[in-house]
Amino acid sequence: MSLELQHPAVAPQRLSHQFEQIDQQNEIYIVGMWTFLVTEIMFFGALFVALTVYRSVYPDAFEQAHTALNVWLGLTNTFILLTSSFTAAMAVRSKMLGERTRTLFFLAITIMCAFGFLCVKYVEYSAEFREHHFPGPNFHWEQPVTASAVQGDLSANSQVALGSPKISVNEFPANYQPQQLALHKRELFFSLYFVMTGLHGFHVIIGIFVLGTLWLLIYFRHPTVDDYMPVELAGLYWHFVDIVWIFLYPLVYLIGKQ
Amino acid sequence: MANTDNHNHDSGAGHHHVTPVSTYVATYVALLVLLVLTFAVSRVDLGPFNIIVALGISVVKTAMVVLIFMGVKYGTRLTWFWASIGFIWLVLLFLTLGDYVTRQWVHLPLGW
Repeated sequence: MSLELQHPAVAPQRLSHQFEQIDQQNEIYIVGMWTFLVTEIMFFGALFVALTVYRSVYPDAFEQAHTALNVWLGLTNTFILLTSSFTAAMAVRSKMLGERTRTLFFLAITIMCAFGFLCVKYVEYSAEFREHHFPGPNFHWEQPVTASAVQGDLSANSQVALGSPKISVNEFPANYQPQQLALHKRELFFSLYFVMTGLHGFHVIIGIFVLGTLWLLIYFRHPTVDDYMPVELAGLYWHFVDIVWIFLYPLVYLIGKQ
Repeated sequence: MANTDNHNHDSGAGHHHVTPVSTYVATYVALLVLLVLTFAVSRVDLGPFNIIVALGISVVKTAMVVLIFMGVKYGTRLTWFWASIGFIWLVLLFLTLGDYVTRQWVHLPLGW
């Protein structure tokens, strides 16, 4: 039986009574997860289209605004997410082969990467809040000295900035006056930035809950996770989160800087 | 196990593809190389080609993650179908840009 020695033995799976074969069961699980991922592609895709449209409408403002983002922190986060994707794939492989300790190890690394990602994101967000780059009445953009694009822009915004709270949704400053959309074009970039990275960060948090739950279930040898499929499906979700960031990083942080 | 006497118990007879560790490591290294490449290229002014190169690299990275990490390469035809649907949808979604691109082509006296 040299054939069995060449191929690592896959841990046994239990067939649920509504399925006829284990292959059918596995396929249904994976296709179900992909169906969910397609809906995720739908709403993330819409945000990417919005980014593309407004970038093409206000190319100069987006060019300026995106220089305020920290490219190096973004690079670190991309590295962290790619690493976590690799360890997630390894966790699925180990679980499939029934290697419990290695599964726990790789899952733990993946979860720690997710926390690391959020920590870096926290540093980024707090810097942006500090500089009043969060959209809203207290949004403030330091006009570069060389550019003299819009005259009223700078004077109107600079009164808002000093001493005002960093985030304000409902309370408008006393001297706040609504402006035309064209004057909000840099704010529009940051709106898209916060919505897209925020939604992605929310997915990372969900991922931590899912992977953490799986880790605990495997640790306590719960029968639900005898099968490798739950880890496989969580892995698919985690790889999707990674893919979103693979597009977010170049499109938000890198492009336009020339 | 509670269900060992269940006649439905299947002892791993399914068709599994266990990807070798070396494949995963190679994919991971390739992803990191592409990440460095993406960063390096963005520091060079290529004009309109910056975004084309960046998107091209992202698509390659995505293909690697989807095919190898997510295992679609070894998946069933139904898995291939569903995995493709998402990206076909993206193409359709981005066709709405045709509206924004062609607005300048049509002259309206009062503007858009």
